[in-house]
Amino acid sequence: MNRHVSWTPAETTADSGDVIRLADVRRRFGETAALDGVSLGVRRGEILGIIGRSGAGKSTLIRCLNGLERPDGGSIEIEGREITGLGEAALQPLRRRIGMIFQHFNLLSAKTVEENVALPLKIEGWPKAKRLARAAELLELVGLSDKARAYPSALSGGQKQRVGIARALAASPALLLSDEATSALDPETTRSILALLKDINSKLGLTILLITHEMEVVRNIADRVAVIDAGRIVEQGPVWQVFATPKAETTKSLLSGIRPQLPAHIAQTLLSEGPGDVVLSIDIAGPAATGPLFQDLSKAFPGGYRLIHGGVDHIQKQPVGRFFIALPAASTAGLVSFVERLGAQVEVLGHVADHA
Amino acid sequence: MSPIMLELLVRSLWETLVMTAASGLISLVFGLPIGLALVATARGGIAENLAVNRALGAVINGFRSVPFIILLVALIPVTRVIVGTSIGTWAAIVPLAIAATPYYARIAEVSLREVERGLIEAVRAMGGNRWTIIREVLIPEAMPGIVAGFTVTLVTLIGASAMAGAIGAGGLGDLAIRYGYQRFETAVMIAVVAVLIVLVCGIQWLGDRLVARLDHRN
Repeated sequence: MNRHVSWTPAETTADSGDVIRLADVRRRFGETAALDGVSLGVRRGEILGIIGRSGAGKSTLIRCLNGLERPDGGSIEIEGREITGLGEAALQPLRRRIGMIFQHFNLLSAKTVEENVALPLKIEGWPKAKRLARAAELLELVGLSDKARAYPSALSGGQKQRVGIARALAASPALLLSDEATSALDPETTRSILALLKDINSKLGLTILLITHEMEVVRNIADRVAVIDAGRIVEQGPVWQVFATPKAETTKSLLSGIRPQLPAHIAQTLLSEGPGDVVLSIDIAGPAATGPLFQDLSKAFPGGYRLIHGGVDHIQKQPVGRFFIALPAASTAGLVSFVERLGAQVEVLGHVADHA
Repeated sequence: MSPIMLELLVRSLWETLVMTAASGLISLVFGLPIGLALVATARGGIAENLAVNRALGAVINGFRSVPFIILLVALIPVTRVIVGTSIGTWAAIVPLAIAATPYYARIAEVSLREVERGLIEAVRAMGGNRWTIIREVLIPEAMPGIVAGFTVTLVTLIGASAMAGAIGAGGLGDLAIRYGYQRFETAVMIAVVAVLIVLVCGIQWLGDRLVARLDHRN
């Protein structure tokens, strides 16, 4: 990949400040509140993932950030500037500071790849030769130099999104908004697009805000995650922490496909009381998870325990472990206090029906 | 066919071509902006204004519901003001253009309305204004439909120009009625129909070729 892409770093008033700051943003559509008091900050240089189910308000939120949607109330500051009161004409130069990529790419079919990439510069009034040179630079960055003269219809989905990314970066924005950018792509293409976004983030220091309904996307590239449900941010924090100890029900349910779960045939037969072994889950993450957990457990409970399911994942280079174990009821209290001393979270899930 | 008849046929062909080309061009120049105005002022359009949209729609529907032969006669005073005379080929261009403009505006409207909203949104997100959207998105993306619609309009105008004989405009249709039908000259009738078929096929073929070259959607 080309490393010579010129970049004008975002000129800002307060460099340490957030690129975006939302305070109590509200938006209703008829009776339903799409955004019900959202407060959120996006820090310079980070990748923030906003995750939620469809209809949770993600799209409305991202569209408020570049003024495509007007909130009913609250405040939105972009690079320290309040945008909620601005008219269409005042928003236009501001939008050039914000690149956006879309689920369905939204490339213009009547323009070639290089004309698509150069369009934001045409809008800014760059002369033709200069903007085509810049487009060539960006196409090299996304690895599509050979497709400059092709029309979008000749490209695959992944290539189209690369063009979308090049176009979004053309005017050297301070912020990149990604609206479900990988949702229409297959898993392999998704990974390559996410890798490209991560690369752009670290090489160019570009702040990225992405919305998605896929935890996998957040897990792969985000630094922080905010979970949105029914128009409210229900949880936010560093990705590894949210993955290790999700608090909101929405977060837990969104994570269920990606974290270890108690196998269904065991979960179904669990009793709330009984003589059988106790099944519990252990969540341990970060520095606490680097110790010899199982060795310690074996020493402390020579009576034995059974590992049912689980494993250690690494998110943002932090170990995130989740295990399901079964052990005799008599040992339970001791084990709970033992692992809690290690900084883990324990949840008693029930008793197995018999000694199966 | 006698040389005189042949000369008549050539002259009629020329008159038809002049009427069709001139009124077609006028309908393009006025119909496309009207189609754009219809799309822009519609609900959710880039310059939403439902009052203007409804008024414009009503005027277009009004013109489109008048039978052409009535329009031809009713517009005689208007034609006299614009062209200076109410008879002849040039005089026929006025009613033909006035009938074709709202017709083409509707065709252009359909093509423009089919441009994906996501594309408009992408250009808005880049900081484009309304003119940018019209210039870079609406017109180029709808171009295949705009050209295909213009082809349809031209062919329709060839048909309509036959009625212009009623105000002495000449043309192929007029020749077919006066010689082929009223004087039972079957050879003239066949010749005229053959020329019309070639003309219509030629225009359609050219239009289709142009659309194929312009269309990069798939």
